[in-house]
Amino acid sequence: MPNSMPKAAPNPSRRPAADDAQLDIRISLLLRTGVLTSAFVILAGGILYLLRHAHDATHYKTFHGVPPHLHSLSGIVTAALHGDSLAIIQFGILLLIATPVARVVFSVVAFLLERDFLYVVISTIVLLVLLYSLIWH
Amino acid sequence: MNALDFSLLVAACSFAAGLLGSLTGLGGGVVIVPLLALAFHVDIHYAIGASLMAVIATSSGAAAAYVREGFSNIRIGMFLEIATTFGAIFGAYLATITPTRGIAIVFGCILIFSAAISNRRRKPHGADTADSLATRLRLNGSFPVSGEKQSYNVRRVPLGFGLMFGAGTLSGLLGIGSGAVKVLAMDEAMQVPFKVSTTTSNFMIGVTAAASAGIYLSRGYIDPSLVMPVTLGVLAGSLVGAKLLVRARTRSIRIVFAIVIAALGVEMIFSGITGRF
Repeated sequence: MPNSMPKAAPNPSRRPAADDAQLDIRISLLLRTGVLTSAFVILAGGILYLLRHAHDATHYKTFHGVPPHLHSLSGIVTAALHGDSLAIIQFGILLLIATPVARVVFSVVAFLLERDFLYVVISTIVLLVLLYSLIWH
Repeated sequence: MNALDFSLLVAACSFAAGLLGSLTGLGGGVVIVPLLALAFHVDIHYAIGASLMAVIATSSGAAAAYVREGFSNIRIGMFLEIATTFGAIFGAYLATITPTRGIAIVFGCILIFSAAISNRRRKPHGADTADSLATRLRLNGSFPVSGEKQSYNVRRVPLGFGLMFGAGTLSGLLGIGSGAVKVLAMDEAMQVPFKVSTTTSNFMIGVTAAASAGIYLSRGYIDPSLVMPVTLGVLAGSLVGAKLLVRARTRSIRIVFAIVIAALGVEMIFSGITGRF
């Protein structure tokens, strides 16, 4: 047998299809886990909230803004650890927001492993924009 | 209304929105804001905050299924996300300075636009010739058609990129996925086959929404007790819709839902002009 069997794709800029499929399946798993985990935390916090505040009046008609301790990661985590039901829901919401961000982090790493440096740069730019909004803002 | 009744009612309506959005492919997020603002008299800033969270949940949930099937083009998605995330941050800033009435009127126009383009004929195949920029960015790809891989080419990348900035801005301003604009940019400008553009758009929506989420969060738009029934309702509805999709006849549902969306659009514009918000 000559050892010139399918060694590289005819066009060196294209990746083998198997890598694509592997990447797709891992991204799929990551997204599913993130969404289900956050939905579970939101549900748990929501049940707790409704058990304690079922008969409270709602207050969404005019905009006051959410209390400041529910704006930041540290405030949310501290209140959630003290059993504040709204903070537990808000923590679930943070997990939800983190899911697409984790997907971008994952893409940076995956493109790096594939040595596709153009897309390492592209996904890093997207990641920096997300971090600007979430952390430095 | 007390918190329990409110949560149950909002969750039930959100479930219906998620179900219809998923069956028709129009997305449930687009009706959440008018539903909350018009029927439940929720302030529009809380409404767009809750809607944006529902959009992240359904987009990530659906993308999980689509990515696995190999329809979405991760490179097109990632490249265009540069445009949509910058747009989303710009849009979220606009939301903080635009008066409520202005947001309502723009929202109404987008609803009517989404309804109008939802029944247009779409191209199953891509362009014959490749664009040199698309080739350099490795955007051309392939997708499975009855077991075989069909390749496609991508064109007019700068135009698509510009339209995606607009889609991101609308997403950040209105708390929607703006799937209609994203799909239009890929279908019409870049000539991506519709199976690929639909699923890639869905794949991008979550990242775009996450870019405005930080700004919404720090401005106090994300109210946990409101986000809870909306997000869980829409997510459950869209998951059930995805299971039913195989059996349902979607064309008639799509026409009815498009009419509902257009009517909500007219109502939003009217309420905005008369200052009912």
